[in-house]
Amino acid sequence: MHAVLVMILQRLGLGVLTLFVVSLVIFGATELLPGDLASSLLGQSATPETVAALRRQMGLDQPAPVRYWAWLTGVLQGDFGVSLASRRPIADMMSARLGNTVFLALYAAAIAVPLSLILGVLAALWRNSLFDRVANAGALSAISFPEFFVAYILIFLLAQSGYFPSMVRLSPAMSLGDKLYVTFLPALTLTLVVTAHMMRMTRAAIINLMASPYIEMARLKGLSPLRIVLRHALPNALAPIINVIALNLAYLITGVVVVEVVFVYPGLGQLMVDSVSKRDIAVVQAIALIFASAYVLLNLTADVLSTLTNPRLMRRK
Amino acid sequence: MGVLLFLVIVIAASIPLAWLFRATLVRTLPHDIAIVARDMPLTAAFGLLVIGVYVFVAVLAPVLAPFPERAVVGTQFQPWDSTHWLGTDRLGRDMLSRLIYGARNTVGIAFATTTLAFVVGSLLGIWAALRGGWLDQGLSRFVDALMAIPSLIFSLLLLTIFGTTVMTLILVIAAVDATRVYRIARSVAQGVVVMDYIEAARLRGEGNWYLIRREILPNALAPLVAEFGLRFCFVFLTISSLSFLGLGIQPPTADWGSMVRDNATLITFGNVTPLLPAGAIALLTVAVNFVVDWQLYRASGLKEQG
Amino acid sequence: MNDKTHHTGMTRRGLLKGATALGAAGLILPASYRAARAEPQKGGTFRIGLGHGNSTDGYDPGLWDNLYAQVFAASRHNQLIEVDAHGQLTPEIAESWESSDGKTWVFRIREGVSFHSGKDVTVEDVIASLNHHRGDEATSAIKQFFDPVTDIRADGQNVIVTLDAANGDFPYLMSDYHLAIMPGSDGKIDPNSTDGCGPYVVESYEPGVQASLTRNPDYWKSDRAHFDRVEILAILDSAARLNALMTGQVDLIDQIDPATIGMLEARGVANILSIPGNAHYVFPMDSRAAPFDDNNVRLALKYAIDRQQMVDTILGGHGAVSNDNPIGPANRYFYADMEPKEFDPDRARFYLREAGMDSLSVDLHVADAAFSGAVDAGALFAETAAQAGININLVREPNDGYWDNVWMQKPFVASYWGGRAVEDHMFTTGYATGASWNDSFWSNERFDELLVKARSEINEDLRREMYQEMQRIVSFEGSVIIPMNNNYVMATALNVATPERVSSNWNIDGFRAVERWWFT
Repeated sequence: MHAVLVMILQRLGLGVLTLFVVSLVIFGATELLPGDLASSLLGQSATPETVAALRRQMGLDQPAPVRYWAWLTGVLQGDFGVSLASRRPIADMMSARLGNTVFLALYAAAIAVPLSLILGVLAALWRNSLFDRVANAGALSAISFPEFFVAYILIFLLAQSGYFPSMVRLSPAMSLGDKLYVTFLPALTLTLVVTAHMMRMTRAAIINLMASPYIEMARLKGLSPLRIVLRHALPNALAPIINVIALNLAYLITGVVVVEVVFVYPGLGQLMVDSVSKRDIAVVQAIALIFASAYVLLNLTADVLSTLTNPRLMRRK
Repeated sequence: MGVLLFLVIVIAASIPLAWLFRATLVRTLPHDIAIVARDMPLTAAFGLLVIGVYVFVAVLAPVLAPFPERAVVGTQFQPWDSTHWLGTDRLGRDMLSRLIYGARNTVGIAFATTTLAFVVGSLLGIWAALRGGWLDQGLSRFVDALMAIPSLIFSLLLLTIFGTTVMTLILVIAAVDATRVYRIARSVAQGVVVMDYIEAARLRGEGNWYLIRREILPNALAPLVAEFGLRFCFVFLTISSLSFLGLGIQPPTADWGSMVRDNATLITFGNVTPLLPAGAIALLTVAVNFVVDWQLYRASGLKEQG
Repeated sequence: MNDKTHHTGMTRRGLLKGATALGAAGLILPASYRAARAEPQKGGTFRIGLGHGNSTDGYDPGLWDNLYAQVFAASRHNQLIEVDAHGQLTPEIAESWESSDGKTWVFRIREGVSFHSGKDVTVEDVIASLNHHRGDEATSAIKQFFDPVTDIRADGQNVIVTLDAANGDFPYLMSDYHLAIMPGSDGKIDPNSTDGCGPYVVESYEPGVQASLTRNPDYWKSDRAHFDRVEILAILDSAARLNALMTGQVDLIDQIDPATIGMLEARGVANILSIPGNAHYVFPMDSRAAPFDDNNVRLALKYAIDRQQMVDTILGGHGAVSNDNPIGPANRYFYADMEPKEFDPDRARFYLREAGMDSLSVDLHVADAAFSGAVDAGALFAETAAQAGININLVREPNDGYWDNVWMQKPFVASYWGGRAVEDHMFTTGYATGASWNDSFWSNERFDELLVKARSEINEDLRREMYQEMQRIVSFEGSVIIPMNNNYVMATALNVATPERVSSNWNIDGFRAVERWWFT
């Protein structure tokens, strides 16, 4: 157990380093973008004077390193600052949207993870059968359609006939049941997008083990194939599966801006894209940090879990 | 319902096609390759056939396409008829010709991007695993940081900074993809570099380049190939998503990802036009992965024998 | 995704004696709308889905720049002056206005109007609201229009504005959507407040998502604001907007993809409103840079574009061919009889030869940020130009940063204008030498001379002649290609009724559908 703890601490330390690098990269990239907040707020009506006045007001006339340092010291004290574009505290802007993003990610994961595990196990069990082929081809086709297109098709099939709303309108007073109902289509879209990857990995990881001597042994003992897969193969195949699940969970949190746009879902992705186009660096940075933390933490969790499922991994580290 | 029926017909038709194709291969190819072809499952034969057709179409696009790629030859959204087999698009360009040229552009770009990403990603990954220490730590932490930034938003940033020529598009998507490849290559290679034969080669005094090329790469190839199959197809999706956000490929170049985006609204009215380029992408994805699966299976099978 | 809006223009009203009413603005509605017409009814929740609105939008009136901000502002605020559906200036918070010399303007402020917070609207509030856009520290997008203002002061119930030179069009500025009247204290308004004296009271607002408002029970206009509630939703994706309308989740949407208008009509679940006005799409060429410094090259390009095809394809027929004329059919002195420029590859080649060229190759920089369909329009242009031996190399630029990085930076780009109700304003802001939005950097001596002369000309016929000559100069010597006038296209649920005339001044009935429309 001690070794796992050391590993967690080590990885957390590295995670902080990662976050720092991310903030530097994002800051640098946003600085390189043409134009700045002042000129993009004024858009076509920008004149040199008003842009200069706006820059002065917002402190954008300071050199970049000074602004980065001011931002960094603020964040280290737990203060994300105020959005320069909307003049609202960034923590307020993000909190509701972060909740929405996490809700949708968990919802999609709650459907997608069991589904892909079951499909993957069955595909491995009935390897090269018609079921295997169809599941494989179906999953591959689903991921080869762009997300927004999958969304449009689902809307066409399920929203226009009135089964589900095409647009998500959340209100704080909503019950969980209502919330699950109105967000069903985006969750289903995301499910279709991520299932294939996890399913294929589950199948591959199990099949990979099916040739091992101990499985052969179990088979000779006359155990049923299902039992062999579930009790003998799956536990040892968990490490790569967990890793893929973590990767997809991270994607569900950080990569869904397109689905947000199509379903008018107020999540963090849309806020980030808007902030990039307005050059509102503080907001971009804050969201990038949240996304990066989600990524780091999920990967860490995956590594810890796979270490626990397979103690041999610990010795290798 | 119609769509389902259509799918069933397509699947039913593809089985004998794949069988015929395999039989032809077995007959026509030289003996040693023909053996491999004979053991090929039907899915893989189908995949190969599709890839072959795509390559054929891509290479001969100017000959096959009834109309030029960018010419406006009719009015907007003409229905399917004998002149325009698949109708016309939103500007009145021939849909079939755009699809055919799209094969050339899309597959070309996707191939260039994925290849670049794999060359850079896997070489760096293996190199990092081989050298270890400082270099490995530095590179890995940097790649970690890049991967922690959502890829679509990162591409958006880069493309806005560097512009959206085909060249920058390829470079940017390749750069983002390379981080993923790096991780896989490194973790696979880490398992390989501790092997005795690497140690032996090192003692023989072989250089890094030799080690990567002759010892590590062959042993790390299988997972990389599997990844290649998916990454290749994701390039279309990335282009499509980027064009959803207002970037993407330069018009009037025909490319499937952008064609899906351009016509996507039509699906709202039950019009199947956007399904054509989307279907073209899906078919290629399935085909490539069928072949990849077969290769993986062969690789593991051979290993068992050896 | 991120449209920018050009500035409001100014109408010239009442000052120049003998000025006839402005040209036909607005639209006589199709039968489907009229049939349902009756006396406006009260009630209902009006839900609007707009293809604008960002999560980064703020409250500051000086920075309102997209349709969402504009419609949201019109729902909660009033201005001094309103532009009615006929394009005429109508009193709003200013009861009346007058000037004896065109330099000193007196606006009489209406009494008995109160803000949502209960406070009465005072002369001081008005002055604070105007001053927010004025002065060295101001960051307002319309700051430059206040440059000629030397003083704003109170005099009883009047606000007196002094200019440095006579300007008969000055009252038009007061109808600008930025100039919301907001409560002031110590001579300043709080730019982050949503308090106003308009038709609806803000209940909640989440930028980039939605705003909910309820009817202002004390609204001073008794014949307006028929809905009980208004919800304004930001729906950026055009398919999502269509779906929201078709599934009954919203009652009004803007920016319909022209390719789908016909299909939407055929569904019979919505009414299409297509409002012709002066708005137009343009391809400005930098007249200082080769090859565009040669008028023959510009003419060659003007004859190498198929305008009718553009209207049919890019606008889905919801617009009209323009003859490179920024003055539209809704303007008073519109030169309708100017010889049209048909697509004529031979003529284009002729002008190319005149310029001493056999062929021409130019880059055209476009993005859909310029106008929706700009990339497609560029592709069409490139196709027709190819037939005239002109190679237009289309460069698609990112939407993001288009106005910073491309517009007025690259020599040949796409752009749009909202159009102006008054000729002088259009020409002064976009075509006079050195004007800040002269995006073709064009300069013509005769044109500048006429512009100044026409401003003060009293004889109606002479003015008409001057403005028509100016239109001719812009069309045949100017450095912008204006292929089409675009309509404002909206779609509504079947139970939405509008007044007889819908304003063409701006989109969404001059932003004011919320207070002018009702449910049947």
